[in-house]
Amino acid sequence: MPAIQSAPQILDQVFLDMRAKLLEVAASLDRLDRATSADTVAQDPRRQRIQKTLEILTTQQKNRAEQLQLLFSDTYDEKWARPGAR
Amino acid sequence: MYYIDPHIHMVSRVTDDYERMARMGCVAMSEPAFWAGYDRGSVDGFRDYFRQLTEFEPKRAASVGIQHYTWLCINAKEAENISLSREVIAMVPEFLDKPNVLGIGEIGLNKNTKNEAQIFWEHMELALKTDELILIHTPHLADKYKGTRMIVDMLRDDPRIKPERVLIDHVEEHTVRVAKEHGFWCAMTLYPVTKCTPSRAVDIIEMVGNDKIMVNSAGDWGPSNPTAVPDFIQEMRKRGYTEAKIRKIVYDNPLEFFRQSKRFKFREPA
Repeated sequence: MPAIQSAPQILDQVFLDMRAKLLEVAASLDRLDRATSADTVAQDPRRQRIQKTLEILTTQQKNRAEQLQLLFSDTYDEKWARPGAR
Repeated sequence: MYYIDPHIHMVSRVTDDYERMARMGCVAMSEPAFWAGYDRGSVDGFRDYFRQLTEFEPKRAASVGIQHYTWLCINAKEAENISLSREVIAMVPEFLDKPNVLGIGEIGLNKNTKNEAQIFWEHMELALKTDELILIHTPHLADKYKGTRMIVDMLRDDPRIKPERVLIDHVEEHTVRVAKEHGFWCAMTLYPVTKCTPSRAVDIIEMVGNDKIMVNSAGDWGPSNPTAVPDFIQEMRKRGYTEAKIRKIVYDNPLEFFRQSKRFKFREPA
């Protein structure tokens, strides 16, 4: 089901909201950097994942939201031990 | 526009919420059994809860003209307790002849543990034995992708499972295709912080289409919005979709899925 609106129409609608959300992210990163023990946080896997999301956002791919979700997901092993009858 | 909220926990909501939902166009809802915020101590705690779901909530809903349906199970969080879970599963059939019961749910996984998977499997056996529809909860946040894949594995491993009789809930961008590509119904939950926003839900519809998919509020005792489905309707209108396209997601699709239950006796609004 393709979008009905054109890209310029969508941009008009979402620009301020996107701007506000990006500013929140930027301010949160600044807050982390200003705080004590900022070096420790730099090694935190959560902080590293956030850095990776910023890289994903700058790509031209069309499934950025899905990629971010997968980045924040646990690994799935298809050979996991299935349950069964008692 | 009339709509159906296919997943909302009204035991946690006040009668004013029923009123507001009715005013917004809600004509029916289904309420899956879920976690009360604490682990219940005995099977009798669940028996009382199931009475609330099958006796009291339908009356409260009817007082404002909403038709109330429900699903029964022990939820994934409490499924860690295997012996209690088995007592509850053995007790569920006592309620399967109540007129507002649609099936077994919301079963699923929470932290993707061995015990949760075992109890999911035993619920699945109950649903197959009693020929009930199945409503499935998928985990939140980091656990969601792995948990959804595990759930789909268990469903697909059993050739008796009919995908069209199973609804996989709380799908998001990275799990919607996992559910849809195997023929299961799926639902998106509009819930602050841990799930999906109305705009992302419409994005997902634009990506995968509006067949076999619905939206719900999952309104419960946490920070949630019982009128989230009207927010979704508004977002679709803002983007220029026809009333028929919107109605398919918020009304026709839930009806099509629910009508597979022998006890679903929906009365169309006049």
